[in-house]
Amino acid sequence: MALDMEGMMKELRGTYASGKPKSYEWRVSQLRALLKIADHHEKEIAEALRCDLNKPDHESFVYEIASMKSSCQLALKQLKGWMKPEKVKTSLTTFPSSGEIVSEPLGVTLVISAWNFPFLLSLDPVIGAIAAGNAVVLKPSEIAPATSAALSKLLGEYMDTSAVKVVEGAVPETTALLEQKWDKIFYTGNGKVGRIVLTAAAKHLTPVVLELGGKSPVVVDKNINLKVAARRIIGGKWGCNNGQACVSPDYLITTKDNASQLVDALKSELEAFYGKDPLKSEDLSRIVNSNHFNRLKNLLDDEKVSGKIVHGGQRDKTNLKIAPTIMLDVPGDSLAMNEEIFGPLLPILTVYKVEDSIDLINAREKPLAAYLFTNDKRLKEQFIRNVSAGGLVVNDTILHLAEHSLPFGGVGESGMGAYHGKFSFDAFSHKKAVLQRSFAGDIPARYPPYSPGKLKFLKALLNGDVVGLIRALIGW
Amino acid sequence: MLHIGQGQLPLLLFPAKAEVLPEPLGVVLIFASWNFPISLALDPLIGAISAGNTVVVKPSELAPACSSFLARIVPLYLDNKAIKVVEGGSDVAEKLLEQKWEKIFFTGSPRVGRIIMSAAAKHLTPVTLELGGKCPIILDSLSGSDLKVTVKRISGGKWGACAGQACIGIDYVLVQRKLAPVLVELLQKCIKTFYGENIKNLNSICKIVNKNHFERVCNLLEDPGVAASIVYGGSFDKQNLLIEPTILLDPPLDAAIMTEEIFGPLLPIITLNDVEESIEFINARPNPLAIYVFTKNKTFKEKLLQETSSGSVIFNDTMIQFICDGLPFGGVGQSGFGRYHGKYSFDTFSHEKAILQRSFFLELEPRYPPWNGFKLEFIRLAYNFDYIGLLLLLLGLRRRYTSRTVI
Repeated sequence: MALDMEGMMKELRGTYASGKPKSYEWRVSQLRALLKIADHHEKEIAEALRCDLNKPDHESFVYEIASMKSSCQLALKQLKGWMKPEKVKTSLTTFPSSGEIVSEPLGVTLVISAWNFPFLLSLDPVIGAIAAGNAVVLKPSEIAPATSAALSKLLGEYMDTSAVKVVEGAVPETTALLEQKWDKIFYTGNGKVGRIVLTAAAKHLTPVVLELGGKSPVVVDKNINLKVAARRIIGGKWGCNNGQACVSPDYLITTKDNASQLVDALKSELEAFYGKDPLKSEDLSRIVNSNHFNRLKNLLDDEKVSGKIVHGGQRDKTNLKIAPTIMLDVPGDSLAMNEEIFGPLLPILTVYKVEDSIDLINAREKPLAAYLFTNDKRLKEQFIRNVSAGGLVVNDTILHLAEHSLPFGGVGESGMGAYHGKFSFDAFSHKKAVLQRSFAGDIPARYPPYSPGKLKFLKALLNGDVVGLIRALIGW
Repeated sequence: MLHIGQGQLPLLLFPAKAEVLPEPLGVVLIFASWNFPISLALDPLIGAISAGNTVVVKPSELAPACSSFLARIVPLYLDNKAIKVVEGGSDVAEKLLEQKWEKIFFTGSPRVGRIIMSAAAKHLTPVTLELGGKCPIILDSLSGSDLKVTVKRISGGKWGACAGQACIGIDYVLVQRKLAPVLVELLQKCIKTFYGENIKNLNSICKIVNKNHFERVCNLLEDPGVAASIVYGGSFDKQNLLIEPTILLDPPLDAAIMTEEIFGPLLPIITLNDVEESIEFINARPNPLAIYVFTKNKTFKEKLLQETSSGSVIFNDTMIQFICDGLPFGGVGQSGFGRYHGKYSFDTFSHEKAILQRSFFLELEPRYPPWNGFKLEFIRLAYNFDYIGLLLLLLGLRRRYTSRTVI
């Protein structure tokens, strides 16, 4: 079915120009409609996620449905406050005056979503777009087709389709969308397509948020509770879409004398979580498709890592499953260390001093997240100050996404812009500066013909120099 | 520092500490424009330095004296291992754009803004684009001293700011038809007082930056419909690149003078039946960097704020938002994106790094596989802040779901 792109854009611009999405009532009605979708169709959504990713119900609930609902409820609760203009202090320089910053929507916006958390990563940005009063088109990922179809159906039923639309499709549809003029584009995905989105946006001077990824490292220090650390690493890696997440722990760094205990702790907890034959566990998502399965297989079969696999390595091609796999002391130039793994493989690099891990991390592109497990305050401070990443977590993994007062976004190769909580509202808003001046107190020194006396006065005024002002006024 | 509990945080995160740490982006590039060549180079530089970055500033080659001043003086005072001034034209700019920067800050035209952003896309470099647009003045009915002050502010703002060559410069005026004659008369008087009687006695005003722009602005007056609408001025001095302050009354709306950013000392006055029509007029055109409104009507102020979009809105003055550091300075739509001035400059050159700190104790079993009905119910209750339900569940007094397929 060919999409009438021009017609769709015309309709959206018309709806936006009518002022409807700008009203508080409309935004609340749409946010409530999104909540209804999550409440009444939980089963349908979980089924679609199982179909696309074999995602366990537990993960579907925690990482997709509950997260989306929590985001929506926060927006509903705080929207009035977010929409209020922010008063700004003005100085002697512009006296008398008053200033404020007014948040206004950007207009007609585009959200391009990813396949790994296809429900959450579609609707979380849409919540921001709607809360900020925009019209929005959602393009879900075609690599998660069941969820894409469910979103199209459910949003079509519950939302105001004159302002909120879902466009399904693959590369041709995405390309056609990117040729249109948008007032904001929000993209979640990889760096290669991120560049394509940014280049397309440049033609129309469209501002963009790019939520990309990277190799998120985990530094594991000594003298910590290794069991708890292991569980949290496993929970963040394999317990979260089987390593297919933008903030997934990608690789570990630990000291040479700590490595074997760490590996033992991981092995022990992995068995407790997934049993002796993890390929049979129902608590692991599968690899999304055969493309990615083959990609991961190549990382495993890379001769540079042969002999380095200390746990796992089993695969089931028919069911697109790979067992949780740990590789110890892989070379820095192996395939697994040269791309974002996005799968159930975990390389461990070892160093002599734990501080060296910081240099190792900074030698690579900035990741979306970096993690540290330590009880050493000094190391913690060093890590926080010196490791640049989208976000950092100490003594846990991935949980910073659940804290909505923290901005979630990348830096460098891991992206630009941020969202979650009020940051979502801000990402889809223009912050308009408003200055009110009075007619009284007009200063002749502003206007030509200019003179040294006028210049003196202005200098004093602009420096907030009250004494200088008085001197200039009395002609000193 | 933020505390858990400011967000809708489920029990699962307790105890924890959350904060945002600003850090420098790295090596950044600043392109300055030619019209305010010192401040548009140094103001962004202040932001880049305060945020802890290393910086390259490329001043505009169209203001060569200022460019060489900056290239000469900046290294004498600043650490030139970290802060460099690179002079040159578009060939130098192209070479700079091939490098990988952690941020690019550009002030200039939308046309070049597109080129910058496309180049930045190759390295996923975030950009701030400070562009321009046709910034209108809306003049409501005013009289007496208010009108006199208004006329001064319009004259001072238009011709007293680089002869109209400013991104927030006044481009044109929208006014009710019956007020136009008074406005024109008062403007003429004011121009003569401020800038001189005619082209020969012109003073206190900048020249046009170069021959190209001089010809461009003069050409705007070539259109016969436009030439016929000149009510004051229109003379120029080609040798000294001066154009006298010129007022036009209702030039054709489809002429270049009304479709392109003028960036010069020509001031079209467009008359309307009613001042409220100005809102529709502005909305039919690309978002400007600033809208200036002279009015005492509170309802009209609100309506204008709600129904138009621009980088900023200033009531009862012109240009002055530029020195108000509490307000973000930046555009929207075709007038750009990103912002600076005051703390916004620091922010624009920073990465706000999110940090979450957790402790090892208080492990929550339901986080981990193998999943079962109990764990799912626990998490569901935690997300709903249903602590009583949680307590009952833990005491075994709450019905558990044991089937995997029922969520």
